Amino acid sequence: MNDLAPALSVNHVTKTFDVSAPWLNRVIERRPKLFVEAVSDISFTVQKGTCFSIVGESGCGKSTVARLITGLYKTTSGDISFGAGTAGAPIRMQMIFQDPHSSLNPRWRVGDIIAEPIREMKLRDSEKETLERVRELLETVGLGADDALKYPHEFSGGQRQRISIARALASEPELLVCDEPTSALDVSVQAQILNLMRRLQDELGLTYLFISHDLSVVRHMSDHIAVMYLGRIVEQAAVEELFTAPKHPYSKLLLATIPDIANPKRRVEAQAGEPPSPLNPPSGCAFHPRCPIAMAECSQILPKLRQLDENGQVACHAVESS
Amino acid sequence: MMVQPIEDLHADTAAVPALDVSGLSVEFPSRHGTLTAIDNVSMQIAPGEILGVVGESGAGKSITGLAVLGLLESPGRLCGGSIHVGGRRVDTLTEKELTKVRGREMGAIFQDPLTALNPLFTVGKQLVETIRLHTGMAKDEANARALELLQAVGIPAPEERLRQYPHQFSGGMRQRVVIALALAAGPRLIIADEPTTALDVSIQAQITALLRRLCDTTGVGIMLVTHDMGVIAETADRVCVMYSGRVVESGPVADVIHNPQHPYTIGLMRAIPSLHDRVETLAQIDGSMPRLNARPTGCAFHPRCPHAGSKCSAETPPLVPVGTTSAACWLQQGGTQ
Repeated sequence: MNDLAPALSVNHVTKTFDVSAPWLNRVIERRPKLFVEAVSDISFTVQKGTCFSIVGESGCGKSTVARLITGLYKTTSGDISFGAGTAGAPIRMQMIFQDPHSSLNPRWRVGDIIAEPIREMKLRDSEKETLERVRELLETVGLGADDALKYPHEFSGGQRQRISIARALASEPELLVCDEPTSALDVSVQAQILNLMRRLQDELGLTYLFISHDLSVVRHMSDHIAVMYLGRIVEQAAVEELFTAPKHPYSKLLLATIPDIANPKRRVEAQAGEPPSPLNPPSGCAFHPRCPIAMAECSQILPKLRQLDENGQVACHAVESS
Repeated sequence: MMVQPIEDLHADTAAVPALDVSGLSVEFPSRHGTLTAIDNVSMQIAPGEILGVVGESGAGKSITGLAVLGLLESPGRLCGGSIHVGGRRVDTLTEKELTKVRGREMGAIFQDPLTALNPLFTVGKQLVETIRLHTGMAKDEANARALELLQAVGIPAPEERLRQYPHQFSGGMRQRVVIALALAAGPRLIIADEPTTALDVSIQAQITALLRRLCDTTGVGIMLVTHDMGVIAETADRVCVMYSGRVVESGPVADVIHNPQHPYTIGLMRAIPSLHDRVETLAQIDGSMPRLNARPTGCAFHPRCPHAGSKCSAETPPLVPVGTTSAACWLQQGGTQ
């Protein structure tokens, strides 16, 4: 399964959004057009059969990356290429969304929701085979075959996320892009969904691109992690490497501030500072105003993502000089 | 950075708990019969203490907070028990009397700091108005206190910030303003309902550290309602675990986390992915929290419980001390059969 063939490679991808005021306002108020660079020059490769995670705080561009990969947004520059799938054709992919309430059509029966990709892509010859496949998918994700006749509102949040997963699996994808799949769920239900996703990965040989802000979930699921800050990848490493020896000061900050149940850091006054606005990012390294080890060059020169050793890349001047 | 409690206000009642809830029940009449959202919940908060109230969605933790504040929305109503804030019974007050107590004796912090502030007034005006309304201070005095409050909650350049509007603040800074507002009249109790859920982790750590510090310096008692066990572990002194409208376990934070007694708490703790060890599969609790209209008889957890016996579906276990915590489970009270 894990033959180290890339399932997905992202090369120097940038995405800018036009956030200008309406044309008339710009003319009257003499304001220029305004662009925000949501994702700047990011590159990474996801190996087949592994789970690659992107973590970061809100506004860092991690969901934009998911949408760029699934083609929901077009890239401004750079390219995204997919590895070969089982039949030699490009790898197939699907996406699982965060909110299981708004991502399912409330007026469709669950069976139709799951059958839609099969019918649309003509993956089965007859309606009988389609329904057979729907039943099989429902059982794969831990629901009953008779649930196909119910509507989404009859299910709890966790069950709805199972339906989303079944729908994503309907088109037989090899790569699943999961944008915060458990953020809307309670912990006990989150554990059920994470276990299901792990089991599916083993059984179907899936590759995951996992987007999350929850470091403990990411640690549980992934093989590789990329940490994003303000549109850029600041560190990329194997999961154990990142959690035991984070290199970038921002990764260190994230790991230091995440609540730890086993050894709570009760009396530590948290580090100050907040992420800056992506509309007006700081010069040089975007993290330098919050960085405890910032040097003079950090505010002027943008650090490049540099290979440190075989399983880690980091973008930091301080790490480079040591 | 210290904010002084308003003089002599609480001098006579130093030993009185900030909050004493006993046997509280809340019900919602509906077309399909009366639904009991909160069933016989009791909890105490000492001055300067943070009590964490934790549970999954639908456990009734927010309703408990709203009931204490007297903010239950119709048709929800109290149907039993009593609530004392700083020794004074508040659940029997009229709406007019309650308006005086709310803000003065108890403050509230909600999840979304943007909707908690009025976008049309400057932060300074909102603070000064709250202070003057509840304490009758003169304008200058109230201005000085507003400045002192902003400093206490860690807002840089407070003189300028007082003249700004809520939209000019970032999410973390807005939540600090809301905390300053909750503290404005020097309350004995603050209800903080998911105060950090809308914030990023690095900001969350700043806000929880701030709550801890304010608790120590002003002696206010805080009820911290959250679904996040990590926040509880780092912030609270004691914790109440709620499940389906009842308290299933309560005790000192470290004991509940490291040595839970109730099967639900045990399952919950195991279901949280660890930051330290990687496991192949997480322990999961099958099923989900029952809906209000389909609550099982006896112990509400019994359909999901690995130890459930015949007694569990017949009788509701009371909350009794077990070792260092209290748990509501027949397992420690003579068996489940």
